[in-house]
Amino acid sequence: MELQPPSLPSPTRRRRLRLPFSPWHLVLIPLSFLLIVPLLWMLITSLETEGEANHFPPVLFPATPRFQNYSEAWAAAPFGQFFLNSALVTLVVLISNLIVCSLAGYAFARIRFLGRGALFVALMATLMVPFQVTMIPVFLIVKWFGDNVSPFLGIDHIGALMLPNLATAFGIFFLRQFFMTVPVELEEAARVDGTSRLGVLFKMVLPLSLPALSTLAALTVLTSWNDFLWPLIVITSQDQMTIPLGLSYFQGAHRVRWPLLMAANVMSLLPMLLVFIGAQRYFVQSVASTGIKG
Amino acid sequence: MPKLLGRIGRSESVNGWALVSPAVVLIGIFGLLPVLMSLQLSFQKSDLLTPATPWVGFENYRKLADDPVFVESIKHTIVYTALFVPGTMLVGLFVAAAMNRSLRFISVYRTAAYVTMAVSTISQGIIFLWLTDRDYGLVNAALNAVGVPSQPFLASPSQALFVIVAMTIWGWTGFSVIVYLAALQGVPAELHEAAAIDGASAFTRFRTITVPLLGPANLFLLVWLTLNALQLFDEVYATTRGGPLRATTVIVYYLWDRAFVHFDAGYAAAMAYALFVVILVITAVQFRVARRYVHYS
Repeated sequence: MELQPPSLPSPTRRRRLRLPFSPWHLVLIPLSFLLIVPLLWMLITSLETEGEANHFPPVLFPATPRFQNYSEAWAAAPFGQFFLNSALVTLVVLISNLIVCSLAGYAFARIRFLGRGALFVALMATLMVPFQVTMIPVFLIVKWFGDNVSPFLGIDHIGALMLPNLATAFGIFFLRQFFMTVPVELEEAARVDGTSRLGVLFKMVLPLSLPALSTLAALTVLTSWNDFLWPLIVITSQDQMTIPLGLSYFQGAHRVRWPLLMAANVMSLLPMLLVFIGAQRYFVQSVASTGIKG
Repeated sequence: MPKLLGRIGRSESVNGWALVSPAVVLIGIFGLLPVLMSLQLSFQKSDLLTPATPWVGFENYRKLADDPVFVESIKHTIVYTALFVPGTMLVGLFVAAAMNRSLRFISVYRTAAYVTMAVSTISQGIIFLWLTDRDYGLVNAALNAVGVPSQPFLASPSQALFVIVAMTIWGWTGFSVIVYLAALQGVPAELHEAAAIDGASAFTRFRTITVPLLGPANLFLLVWLTLNALQLFDEVYATTRGGPLRATTVIVYYLWDRAFVHFDAGYAAAMAYALFVVILVITAVQFRVARRYVHYS
């Protein structure tokens, strides 16, 4: 009897505890609910009248859902323009990062070139610098680009949101680590057959690196789409605002009109939320892979 | 030099530099150059507009030490970080431990936790302003329901910072749950089975097997969350704008205010460098201390 392991309950006890489902659901359902209460409350408020919202204790379910909040919010600020700007900025930053970081990551992983070690250290050192240290000079540099190269790249234009983020040291590091795990033999065979470095990268290495590229893409999209401090610094015109900045501006203009504000909030969150849920695997990987190896 | 080139291969060097050059130009201009410019700026007086930026020596740094608002902002940042980092780690570990099992609908539960990560900081701020509203907020309704009187929350100088702590813990739940779930799934099941056979309770097993094996995840979260906590800005901007009575003015908020509201860029650059040094020191200490406790296996 004393050999009975405690983790295996006796048959009688087991039968008494038997539920048609795992008892863990009784913990996980309230827990998950609690975690999404802020989002649910946003959704509910966005469908209430101002009378219902400004009532205490709160009205938990609106008598009839007021969908006009959405059309009114949409009409009160150029949300279409905000979406377009966010999409443009994110798209350009994403494509540029994938290409530029792939090229550099591949060179650092495979090519022994003069100065490689020192250059790699110099680029990686930027990972340690907080954005606050660089943001003031970057403001001046972007201003210079606007004055001397093209107004599209200058202050108060979405080009200024793209330019400083076209490549990241993290992206280079991340892809280099992945490329180093790709077997080199195939590449060598192709190289002997006369394929160029670029040819090998684009025809062989990148197709094998889709998981890493997707992970980096997820991270880049999330960071770029939700970025706030930099747009706040360089953008002042409404027609150049991205969603977080536009939402903040909208908040300032409609401070206590909660149903309207929440409708705007739901609209602002929806695209990212859908992308996130649709590509959840890659977002999870992007965090897990940096977290565990970091 | 020719010998070195010969060994490495001239064409390989050309190839290598050709491939890295776009990244080098971009990161050089927007990552490395600004670090030097910022240092220079911290010894100058600049309003970001007029080209004349006279040298002022250590004036900006001296001013920092005597600036009561800066000292206050450091205090707020420390309080915030000291609560936010362990709070997020505990919540993340608790939720991850609860969700680390194969059940029906487990992916739905996990999505509920992850999704907080996709919510932008501004959206988060607006939602929590409303949730904690003094007059009509859901949180006050819940408090009243259990007999606690309504609280002013973000409108109160003594409570606002703590509300921001709670709000950002919520916002980082998804992130920390992902890190902990990945780590928990790396804990070998055999260890638990063996300990269970030896009679260890579930809690003892968690404490003696799981927790030590979480070392690398703990270290990563500690460093990463601290880094982000010291740079808190968005959530303050979206909710309190540093108030009420400057109670939530953290370092980066004050820095932004100096640089881009009052156009005192030299002073703000000095502040940024002070923050940089603090971050480097804290990160180094964390890694040093961690070497003793973290085991990679």
